[in-house]
Amino acid sequence: MASPRKTTDAPPMPCPVEEIEQAAVRFAGDSGDAMVLTGARFASASALAGNDVCTRPEFSAEIRAPAGTLPGVSGYQVHFSSKEIHTPGDLLHALFAMNPAALQAHLRDLPAGGLIVVNSDTFTPEEWVKAGFAANPLTDGSLAAYRVHALPMDRWTQEAVAALKLAPREAERCRSFTALGIACWLYDRPLDPTLKWIRTTFAKNPVMVDANTRALLAGRNFADQRGGFLKRYFVAKAPITPGKYRQISGHEATALGLIAAAQKAGRALVYPHFPSAPAGEIAQLLLGREGFDVRCVQAEDEPAAMSMAVGAAFSGGIGAVVTSGPGLSLASETLGLAVMMELPCVLIDVQRAGPSNGMPTKTEQSDLLAALFGRHGECPLVVLAPTTAAESFHSVYDAVRIAIRHMTPVIVLTDVALAASSETWQIPDVAALPPIEANLPREGAPFEPYGRDEKHVRSWAIPGMPNHEHRVGGLEKEDRTGHVSYDPANHEKLVNLRAAKIARIADDMPECVVDGPEKGELLVLGWGGTFGAIQAAARRVRRKGRDVAVAQLRCLHPLPKNLGSLLAKYRRILIPELNAGQLSLWIRAKLGVDSECLCNVQGRNFLVREIEAKIEEMLGRSASPTAPR
Amino acid sequence: MNELSLPMLAPEDFDTDQEVRWCPGCGDYSVLAQMKQVLAGTGVPREKIVIVSGIGCAGRVTYYLDAYGFHGVHGRAPAFATGIKLANPDLQVWVVLGDGDGLSAGANHLLHALRRNVDLKIVLVNNEVLGLARGQYSSTSRLGTRTKTSPEGSFETPLRAISVALAAEATFVARTLDVEANHLAETLRRAAAHKGGAFVEIYQNCKIYNDGVFEFATDRSTKADAAIFLEQGRPLLFGKDRNQGIRLSGFDPEVVEMNGAVPIDDLIMHDEKAEQPTLAFVLSRLTGPEFPECFGVFRNVSRPSFDEQVMGRITAAKKAGTPSLQALLDGDEAWTAE
Repeated sequence: MASPRKTTDAPPMPCPVEEIEQAAVRFAGDSGDAMVLTGARFASASALAGNDVCTRPEFSAEIRAPAGTLPGVSGYQVHFSSKEIHTPGDLLHALFAMNPAALQAHLRDLPAGGLIVVNSDTFTPEEWVKAGFAANPLTDGSLAAYRVHALPMDRWTQEAVAALKLAPREAERCRSFTALGIACWLYDRPLDPTLKWIRTTFAKNPVMVDANTRALLAGRNFADQRGGFLKRYFVAKAPITPGKYRQISGHEATALGLIAAAQKAGRALVYPHFPSAPAGEIAQLLLGREGFDVRCVQAEDEPAAMSMAVGAAFSGGIGAVVTSGPGLSLASETLGLAVMMELPCVLIDVQRAGPSNGMPTKTEQSDLLAALFGRHGECPLVVLAPTTAAESFHSVYDAVRIAIRHMTPVIVLTDVALAASSETWQIPDVAALPPIEANLPREGAPFEPYGRDEKHVRSWAIPGMPNHEHRVGGLEKEDRTGHVSYDPANHEKLVNLRAAKIARIADDMPECVVDGPEKGELLVLGWGGTFGAIQAAARRVRRKGRDVAVAQLRCLHPLPKNLGSLLAKYRRILIPELNAGQLSLWIRAKLGVDSECLCNVQGRNFLVREIEAKIEEMLGRSASPTAPR
Repeated sequence: MNELSLPMLAPEDFDTDQEVRWCPGCGDYSVLAQMKQVLAGTGVPREKIVIVSGIGCAGRVTYYLDAYGFHGVHGRAPAFATGIKLANPDLQVWVVLGDGDGLSAGANHLLHALRRNVDLKIVLVNNEVLGLARGQYSSTSRLGTRTKTSPEGSFETPLRAISVALAAEATFVARTLDVEANHLAETLRRAAAHKGGAFVEIYQNCKIYNDGVFEFATDRSTKADAAIFLEQGRPLLFGKDRNQGIRLSGFDPEVVEMNGAVPIDDLIMHDEKAEQPTLAFVLSRLTGPEFPECFGVFRNVSRPSFDEQVMGRITAAKKAGTPSLQALLDGDEAWTAE
């Protein structure tokens, strides 16, 4: 293979390297620029370089928007750090923009002094106009506050692949690797993982292996020789527990959690999906996994999906659905039935901005109260919430484990941001995953369909088991026998039993753990996907010399047993949440504890600095350290 | 356990300790009795039989049959049953719907269960009225049916259950009626034997809210002229002396007198095995008083069932070797930190 490093330029001076703690880099371009792929490769290279990594894709609003327009822009943000991180980063260190529209769409997230790397070949008058610029932003001085590197990536790419005589469209497609080469040089990322990935991915097309390899190397070399960069950046390895790691998205973690749980339970995974986002995306990860006994069915509507899952649970399968937005409302009828029947099933709700169709691609935490209370009748069930993308695996796994052991539906509240973002995950040892046990009828013991064990759990008698024929239904059950009963005292007893069964689960759940001082002025209490931002904000505050306690809830119902006594150790509680104060309402109702809310309903996660500012404001307001109440 | 050692079941083996609480004279009693007969005779052990039902009078049947039973919410029985069958394809799964359940609240689920050809035995007990809701017209009530919500007679065009099932690509479609005990039992038996989704409509008399709606087909004086019992490979003849027939005039059916002028070959020959459901659909449209109504098997064709296809993939995948869960979790790009 000819080296693309053919230049008559004088050898450049080695570029100085500056070490930085962390950086967030965003790759943006037209959908044809494959920026999501480019970003994912950069993230992978960063992870393999030992950084902690968290990423977030930004898909274009339209499926096939016209090229060069703002709705056609998609992007991928990569946050890599020498410290533990769980957010895709607030402010960008660099923006890679493959066309004027990408620059226009993403510039607002780049602070003054930030790096802009653009493909200057796309900055033609026609393209600026489409992107809404009045003049060429590269020359009209409007970018003076930034460090701009306008690099002719198209020409560099063509030069790199010229010898291969590709069709113009094919040659153009290689430019994402040119951009990736530039980024890898700029942040001192190794190329080997990407080279290996190119060889595997394009194995059936050796010409494209060659072309993409040349483009990647050209990006690196030309950045070095002709990029005009005054320095490069280096992010050291993050301290990390020894073990095996990978990058994983919230969606991938969810799919793997379901498969792992069903396998550990030794049961079929029945996954009915109504084919919209996000259920369809999970289906794509589960289809083709028949070897793990995954049985998918594309349901005709959301109620059908939930009903199929509960039907599967009756006949001994692991029934799980994924839904979002109005899908949660549509599932509530069947969730009520599953509460009444006391059958195990799992609903994963990828929360998004609502009500109704709201903003389907934007994140929110506004389904908490719907998950807790959104069914008619006295209808308690378990509600879990993973705090990071990778933790979705463990949360979903636990949901299946709890559902089966306690014969109850479980709702897992994840969110759009969590589902799409990727981060570093320490891969668990399958053998060490907790066992998943069912309360099966005891051999030889007299069978009562609604008899209960010491945890108030009825046994799971599955069709196919002789001498355990019984009937379940939505009508109230007589205690023990399960016969239909309209007896008033029995109804009250059963309402209380179903509630006690769920409350009792707190005995088997981990207590809430505080990071920071174990008593004092302020506790920041979060739940679910705000964990990364809260944790990072606390770290920043501590670095400035003030201590602050933070805790994140993973189980919203039942609440951790120690939560009441824990909250009492702090004078004030701050609850940041992506809704109008739902956890705050729940905590006040359940524990009688007042809190201050930091609410955000803008369809995005918190920026670290927003929480940081609120913490500082609250700590600043307290003049002197005081004893806990 | 091999088949020879299976204990023979009697209909009484399906009795439960629950008191049957339908109104006196309700057609559901007959449906229950014949279901017990058929279930006892299929050779399937009780623990492998699941009865799924929805809301309505007929839905109560779940509590009166000592097998596994699932009494769901309104309309969704075909969806529950799909999940039940998918998680455990060894089960024989019966779905008992009313007209309010199957063709109103859950019409969508019924269509898709039939279209997928899930191996379910779907029994739609049709009394053309909402009984448990206490006497409103249903989506199958005939024009002019007087009910609490149609005091001057229903003016909504009713659905024909058989036409709907055929349009949904059902592979087995039949109609029978509550008082014809032998015909009812035989139809259910054939449904049980069918591999794939079987749909059986049962005309069932509601003594309280729609009494006598099917009298044309049950009364000895009118039955011969108002009902045709379909026979495979036989021409559509009816009447006391079998002197009337149905033939096609263009695309439309017409009644002809068999007075010697019309050759018998001109009549529609019933073929439940026909690949196209076209003629079956014509038969499903025959409604009184202009036409006799058809009973029997309209369609009986073979197509791979949904569950069979899903399980085929799983069996093939498992044959190819047991995949490693650890390898799945590791993915393609795992690395180790020392």
